[in-house]
Amino acid sequence: MPYTYLDHEADVGIRAIGSTLEEAFEEGAKAMLNVMWDISTIEERQNVSIGSEARDIPELFVEALNEILFKQDVEGLALARFQVNGISMMNGRYRLTGIAYGEPLNFEKHTVKTEVKAATYAGLLYKEKEGQHIVQCILDV
Amino acid sequence: MSEKPLSVEVKKITPYLWEIPKKGDMLVPGRIYGDEETIQSLLKDVEEKRGGGFTPAIVQVLNVAMLPGIQKASIAMADIHPGYGFAIGGVGAFDIDEGVISVAGVGFDINCGVRVLTTPLDREDVEAKKEELANQLFRDVPAGLGSHGDIRLTPSEIDDVLINGAEFAVKRGYGFPEDLEYIEENGKVQNADPDNVSRKAKERQFRQVGTLGSGNHYLEVQWVEEIYDIKAADAYGIHKNQILIAIHCGSRALGHQIGTDYLQTLAEASRKYNIPIRERELVCAPFKSPEGQRYWTAVNCGINCAFANRQAISHLTRKAVSHVFGIEMRDIKLLYDVGHNTVKLETHEIDGNKKKLLVHRKGATRAFAAGRDEVPAAYRDVGQPLLVGGTMGTASYILFGTQKGMEECFGSAVHGAGRAMSREKAKRQWRGDELIHELAQKGILIKSRSKAGVAEEAPGAYKDVDRVVDIVHGAGVNKKVAKVRPLVCVKG
Repeated sequence: MPYTYLDHEADVGIRAIGSTLEEAFEEGAKAMLNVMWDISTIEERQNVSIGSEARDIPELFVEALNEILFKQDVEGLALARFQVNGISMMNGRYRLTGIAYGEPLNFEKHTVKTEVKAATYAGLLYKEKEGQHIVQCILDV
Repeated sequence: MSEKPLSVEVKKITPYLWEIPKKGDMLVPGRIYGDEETIQSLLKDVEEKRGGGFTPAIVQVLNVAMLPGIQKASIAMADIHPGYGFAIGGVGAFDIDEGVISVAGVGFDINCGVRVLTTPLDREDVEAKKEELANQLFRDVPAGLGSHGDIRLTPSEIDDVLINGAEFAVKRGYGFPEDLEYIEENGKVQNADPDNVSRKAKERQFRQVGTLGSGNHYLEVQWVEEIYDIKAADAYGIHKNQILIAIHCGSRALGHQIGTDYLQTLAEASRKYNIPIRERELVCAPFKSPEGQRYWTAVNCGINCAFANRQAISHLTRKAVSHVFGIEMRDIKLLYDVGHNTVKLETHEIDGNKKKLLVHRKGATRAFAAGRDEVPAAYRDVGQPLLVGGTMGTASYILFGTQKGMEECFGSAVHGAGRAMSREKAKRQWRGDELIHELAQKGILIKSRSKAGVAEEAPGAYKDVDRVVDIVHGAGVNKKVAKVRPLVCVKG
């Protein structure tokens, strides 16, 4: 599986792998959303744009995840998938744009699991190895 | 990932208190409340993670001991387990001029805490109507991911919540003015500046005041199984067989967003002020720096928001209970309300001198002793009530703070049983519906929208709360007043 959950006593560790950085971020987002909902119960009928920036790639990963949490919350959505449109560097800062897909939260339809309060810097890691991009962090639940 | 693991040397001070002597970059020693088993399991975790893995709790205690301005010791209470940055159960007190303020020392669920209501009901009254009560509470108290409260706030009202905390809720008719006396800091901390809370954070809270949230949050109907200290129990107004109601929740999305926003701000500040941090999550800023003050005044808003939230939930609870049993809402009294993810300015004695300190408690409760002005007058001869949550299948405890605790650990207490197993492992081991059935046979009704959430919170995934409480009781820093057991649990 391109994402896995890592054991952590209090919270949930996620690790995602992609053949590109964008793909690793997308898988990481899926790992997080799947902690909150059974993502297979969510249809992609609506989308929200996601934009974040940070000083390095690991922090950008956390920022992107937290932006997804924010948008999902205020729009009252259950999101299932994240698509990264691009990651660029400008004036020494990394910038990401993307779109997250899902639909309005519906308790009759969606299997609700556990709230993620935030993606944290704990256990935060990015590495590129033999053409594989790996991102990892701990989610506070 | 952890830094290269230190070789950890642990010295036994008493059977319940252990010290890791100051070494290397540590400015103070580490001190951990625990028994042999606690320490062995912490050391085993360090061993197992030698090849990599998330930072072990004991290393987190040492990392905090290296932060500028830390006083006396980096402390962990007996429910210690790995957190992010700080260990859960961690207490770090800092000099206000030289010291730092840290996001990880508070956590993302700012002022998450527990409040306990006392009722005029006994166990027998509730047993007869348990199912009805469970259904009523589950209907009336919004719980779980994505739930919304019936309070809808306008932007200016949000600021009112952030400045006035529980007082705001009372003004809106949620509860009674006398409740405020029985909330830490009367439900309203000073130095809260809503201008330092982002629009995003406020936006997330418009519909979330008066909601429980999910994860380990709950509303529990409990009965008093045992009284250990009659004088304290009398002062707190509790007796054997009495029905109490415990509410565990925090500042909801507003708090989460404040934490998220300031993680980045303090990451920048850590570099700007060249603070030696061993782990990225430990980002912090000098307390007196502009960044530190911005976080401080924002975190106080989060603290007030959590007080307002628990106050609103209490009202919904009172309504439900009074509806089912035909009792007056006013006869359901607030015993106390304590936060366990906080940072506070407090006066403590250091080397014989009184000193104002910035005390972080991450998964630890303030536990002030008898005589302190902060303790409500009715409890001042006993000490502050400590509300320690167990699991949905085991006991919870009420304790009080002691003078020894003031001297040893800045007047702090354990906050719960402490997790022993990851959520993923718990889900592999238990099924939500089976657990609900099993607990029902033991007379405990669980109401939850999330079966997975119930499995994650399985009683077996936690440490033995009786042992954790016996440690701090034995250490003399917290003293047992009563043991309670669950009858109904509404889970987020």
